[in-house]
Amino acid sequence: MSASGLAAQFTELVLAVLLAPLLTGWVNQCRAWLQNRSAPGLLQPYRVLAKLFRKEVVLAHNASPLFRTAPYLIFGCLALAAAIVPTLGTDLPLNAAADAIALVGLLALTRFFTALAGMDVGTAFGSMGARREMMVGFLAEPALLMVLFTASLISQSTSLSTIVETIAHRELVIYPSLAFAGVAFTMVSLAENGRIPVDNPATHLELTMIHEAMLLEYSGRHLAMIEWAASLKLFVYSCVGIALFFPFGVPPGGDALGIVLALPVLAAKLAVGGVALALIELVSAKMRIFRAPEFMGSAFLLAVLAMLVHALLES
Amino acid sequence: MALEMLLLLAFPLAGGALLALLGHRQYAAEINTAFSILTFGAAASLVARVIAEGSVTALEEQFFVDSLNVFLVALTAFVAMTSSLFSRPYMRIERMHGRVSDAGMRLYHSMYQLFSFTMLLVLTTNNLGIMWVAMEAATLTTVLLIALYRTHASLEAAWKYFILCGVGIAQALFGTILVYFAAERILGAGGVSLLWTHLDAVKGELEPTVMAIAFVFLLVGYGTKVGLVPLHNWLPDAHAEGPTPISAVLSGLLLNVALYALIRFKVITDGALDRPFASALLMGFGLLSVAVAAFFLSRQRDIKRMFAYSSIEHMGLITFAFGMGGPVASFAGLLHMTVHSLTKSAIFFAVGHASQKSGTQLMENIRGLVQVSPTIGWGLMLGTAAILGMPPFGVFASEFLILTTAIAQQPWAAPVLLISLGVSFAAIFGKVQGMVFGEMSSSMSGSSGSMSGSPSAARLAHRPAMVPAFTHLALVLLLGLYVPPYLADWYRRAAQLIG
Amino acid sequence: MLQHYGPQVINLLAAVLLLLAFAMLAQRRILSLINLFAAQGLVLFLATALVAALTGQTHLYWSAGVTLLLKVLLLPWILHRLIRRLNVKWDVETLLNIPTTMLVGIVLVILAFNVAAPISELAGTVTRSTLGIALACVLLSFLMMITRSKAVPQVVGFLSMENGLFFAATAAVYGMPMVVELGVALDVLVAALILGVFVFQIRERFDSVDTRHLENLKER
Repeated sequence: MSASGLAAQFTELVLAVLLAPLLTGWVNQCRAWLQNRSAPGLLQPYRVLAKLFRKEVVLAHNASPLFRTAPYLIFGCLALAAAIVPTLGTDLPLNAAADAIALVGLLALTRFFTALAGMDVGTAFGSMGARREMMVGFLAEPALLMVLFTASLISQSTSLSTIVETIAHRELVIYPSLAFAGVAFTMVSLAENGRIPVDNPATHLELTMIHEAMLLEYSGRHLAMIEWAASLKLFVYSCVGIALFFPFGVPPGGDALGIVLALPVLAAKLAVGGVALALIELVSAKMRIFRAPEFMGSAFLLAVLAMLVHALLES
Repeated sequence: MALEMLLLLAFPLAGGALLALLGHRQYAAEINTAFSILTFGAAASLVARVIAEGSVTALEEQFFVDSLNVFLVALTAFVAMTSSLFSRPYMRIERMHGRVSDAGMRLYHSMYQLFSFTMLLVLTTNNLGIMWVAMEAATLTTVLLIALYRTHASLEAAWKYFILCGVGIAQALFGTILVYFAAERILGAGGVSLLWTHLDAVKGELEPTVMAIAFVFLLVGYGTKVGLVPLHNWLPDAHAEGPTPISAVLSGLLLNVALYALIRFKVITDGALDRPFASALLMGFGLLSVAVAAFFLSRQRDIKRMFAYSSIEHMGLITFAFGMGGPVASFAGLLHMTVHSLTKSAIFFAVGHASQKSGTQLMENIRGLVQVSPTIGWGLMLGTAAILGMPPFGVFASEFLILTTAIAQQPWAAPVLLISLGVSFAAIFGKVQGMVFGEMSSSMSGSSGSMSGSPSAARLAHRPAMVPAFTHLALVLLLGLYVPPYLADWYRRAAQLIG
Repeated sequence: MLQHYGPQVINLLAAVLLLLAFAMLAQRRILSLINLFAAQGLVLFLATALVAALTGQTHLYWSAGVTLLLKVLLLPWILHRLIRRLNVKWDVETLLNIPTTMLVGIVLVILAFNVAAPISELAGTVTRSTLGIALACVLLSFLMMITRSKAVPQVVGFLSMENGLFFAATAAVYGMPMVVELGVALDVLVAALILGVFVFQIRERFDSVDTRHLENLKER
């Protein structure tokens, strides 16, 4: 564990927590540009968070302690996940414990608590949202695991840092399995982040809500934490995607200069990713809820296919 | 040499092209017959050449005729000719009953000639790739013909035929690619690696694993066209729903041609592998076909479907014989190919007119044929007797040889064969007897069609063309009593080749 | 550089081919199905041209040209015209639901890879590892044919099976002799035309192109 590694990890964490809403704002801005309307501004998510923090919390009288603590748990898990994804350096102190499987575990924990919180108060919408979230999630998790395993097979380790180092610093090789895995990963991230074509983040119709349904009971600072956690989730997924498929520019050791140089690279990649996400949302239509398992099933099978192709073509 | 070969293939091709333009005219049927006769003439001269000189190759080794395919070439040309003679009055009657349109007749005549062309190409080509192309083309030419009547059933039959045979043939292409792959390592890249004569010379050196995998694909592929169970689902429908001359050539000729292709590949595979892998597969599928066909046969109500299942059964028997191997079994198999072809087409000729007479293909509604039209009745009866293996017809000789060899070499299979043959004998004989000698039902005894729609027992505008049928049956009788020496010689040499 | 990256790009194209085969399996709309088929033809063209450039087998350039003409331009055009004249742009019904179909597809892919493995080891071509993918494409197209109930998707499945076989020939033996390739291309073209005519006749008779109507001739 080196000082620069510690610095890198800390920077990553702070950066993620602070900049996640900016990423969400950027995606909204791109979407607005593409749809030829004016967006509410890049910093709008910050204003929303500030507003929510100032507001009073209104709790149902049968809300349990879980309901009150869930937002913090969710935020904490996602912040930890953001910390262990190597975006600014690969010599992170948490490397030993934080591998791909741990990452998936953290994300699963997040989903678990969100669903429980949705069901806690006992309203119809909350249970419905929780049910739908789980329906999407039960296939998304194995798909994500398979994608990470494909990358692990290529780099012979499940540690995220090793994956990044191997793919970034090997000479340029075209991996067809990574192509498949990339498609699968995109599909999984769309589903997990509640984006079109799986879920509309702006909807509040009963017929179409998945993620929003679980949050209906929250208000005030709890809602702020959860909204922040949602943008953090998007940030984490984008960083994982960048780490697996476009890890160029991540300094190996992580000295201070390297971190500083890696920042603009990361910003550029995230910006491009935001545009890509907005484009995908633009050209897709939201699919009907019962088609979501099919979508996720295809993602899972694509990921399995990636592993098979790796076994056939690359070994 | 090249001339006979060129003419053999040029005549049907030219005929197809010409009839594509003129096929709807009154004299189209005569043109069709004329071209078939010319093709048969070319085949006969080719046969004469082979008798004189032994096996011949032509056109830079792209074509090859030896003892295995020479009699098949003659048989194909002959049956195509007699079928075209039968088709003339038959299709005229169909035309008058309004079942076929002008455009349909044009399609029918041109496709008939093209079909002959593709079959002869499969038989005479030395290039295994071209063999595949021609086989696929043979499927394509007949698809639209099966759907000629545009009824629900015929469209379904043609669709099934196309899809199932198409899928099967695609597997055969993969098998051919694998064979080319194995051959290329020995003979080098280029067209010479697909020539059967060259492959036959080096078959001992071909890679066994590749050849084994290739043969499985080829068996599935070409076996679908032969009608081996469980790939046979298209056959009863396709043979039953098309016009009768097409059923006759499909049953009588195309199945033989597909089996011929399979045999060519078997010879090479046997050379490459030490184990009797190919033989075991052929025996298994053949036996399965015989048993399953006999079972289904007894439950049929449509006469053409019943005889289509009979074709599956006989092709299964021939495949089983080739699987057993050895001089006697292979000889018997080749003989059976010949006599089955002749007999089955004769039966279909009779059946065609019988169903025209009675306006239906359901056996329970066809009765008392011998009273309505003695020629049709006796033709059907004799044909049935022949196909069931009654002496002195040729089928008896070949079945007897196959059964005795089975008892000697593969005793476990003999009971299955005997039972299946017995079951089909009982089923077919019982039904045909009812049709030929039974009490005439009222629908048959009426004169010209008084009921609207079906022309029941109408006096057919032309006399039924039973001459081709009786010619075939006479030939089968002849082959049962006496096999000409050159024919026997070819069978023996081909049997030696097959192993 | 071509020698170094060429085989990798061919592997990538083979993987894309497999991806397209799966996409066709999961596709609901007939128009996208035909476009995917055209995309498959394009990938095939690129792969063949690249193999030709890598190995110097000039007859493969001709093969690639024929592929481009037939499978990217002519056949999709015929199919599009057929769809327009039939005036149907259905949501394609499948006999199995899509996740199950994809699962069976994965099993077939594993099967194909296993069957092709011994052959791949013996091959001497630069593309030998892609033979398994070619066979997998053939089997996936076959699966597509049997799980669809409308006529035109079955036709597209049949044509994409030929695509897989063509790729198998390119992968294992640098393509069959030219005359055979041309014969196969001709067969495919004629088959497509005949199928076009056929689908019309079916529609005329049944007022629908649902092939479940074509299941009456069965053993009782």
